[in-house]
Amino acid sequence: MLEMLTQMTWSPYIAGAGIGVMSWLAFFLSDKPLGCSTSFFRTFGIIRKAVHKKGMDENPYYIKYKPEIDWQWMLVLGIVIGAFLSSVLSGVFEITWVPDMFASEFGDSPVLRLIVALTGGVIMGFGARFAGGCTSGHGISGTTQLSLTSIVAVIFMFCGGIAMAMAIYGVF
Amino acid sequence: MIENLHKNRPVQLVIGLLIGIGFGFFLQKGGVTNYDVIIGQLLLTNFTVLKVIASAVLVGMPGVFLIRHFGYAKKHIVKGSVGSAVVGGLIFGIGFAVLGLCPGTAAGAAGQGSMDALFGGIVGLVAGSGLFAWLYPKLSEGILGYKPLKHETLYELLGVKEAYLIVFCLAAGAIFLYALEYFGI
Repeated sequence: MLEMLTQMTWSPYIAGAGIGVMSWLAFFLSDKPLGCSTSFFRTFGIIRKAVHKKGMDENPYYIKYKPEIDWQWMLVLGIVIGAFLSSVLSGVFEITWVPDMFASEFGDSPVLRLIVALTGGVIMGFGARFAGGCTSGHGISGTTQLSLTSIVAVIFMFCGGIAMAMAIYGVF
Repeated sequence: MIENLHKNRPVQLVIGLLIGIGFGFFLQKGGVTNYDVIIGQLLLTNFTVLKVIASAVLVGMPGVFLIRHFGYAKKHIVKGSVGSAVVGGLIFGIGFAVLGLCPGTAAGAAGQGSMDALFGGIVGLVAGSGLFAWLYPKLSEGILGYKPLKHETLYELLGVKEAYLIVFCLAAGAIFLYALEYFGI
């Protein structure tokens, strides 16, 4: 059992089943679905509130998702800690700037990778709020509950992602 | 009993953190906090992401159904429209391929030391969602409400009982995953 913790990777089925059990715990202990993307918006709201205190209430989106640390924000913080623990236990924790596949296609410049990652993050953050969820909220929690919006959103997330990845890596 | 636990805000923040730690641990052990694995999935050369999501959903589905059935939790479904799900999904997908991580796995990647996920991905996600909020008043009058989905769930659309559809999904999912392994995908 303990050796499992230090293994580099697990079968994707075991890891996936573990995530399924986490969704049981989230519903049972907290009456909440697993989700991530709202937390990034709340973080934006918290920073915005700290920078200029007026004018927050005019935009209905800040009323819908208050700029505060909530359950899901703690969940995302937990993901960072959990992945840190897992990678340290298996000895793969490493400060890196450029992923291998990116480096072999576009070179190992951290500046280029940061610009690309930042651009991707902005587009994805915008898209996640547009769709009302991400690969966790729609992909796992929504699909688990057989939500129609989630199923449609996930199909188009992967359609967009596959087309764009193939364009970037010159498959077409 | 469980309602009191749900209402206890400080305890809930701790539970959220602990479930997150589990979630992040499984994401990292599953290999999906790596750019190469995510891009491999989008290039259809590595099916780890599909296997992780499919098994999470198949394990989650009966448990979450029973928890809701016995009244321990409510349904948590985001209502949407063709406009929000299709256009939002496509925009998300484009960003997904450019970053090479999704919001949850970007957080996990940051935890295992990927600085591009932290200073690029996470900073971008925060900025992009702020940009959306800025445009929200206009978008909510237009595209976000384009063709609202009449049915909330797949079982309502098909007009079948939720439990029956879940049994069907479990069987179909098991066959699907077995076929993936059988063909060595």
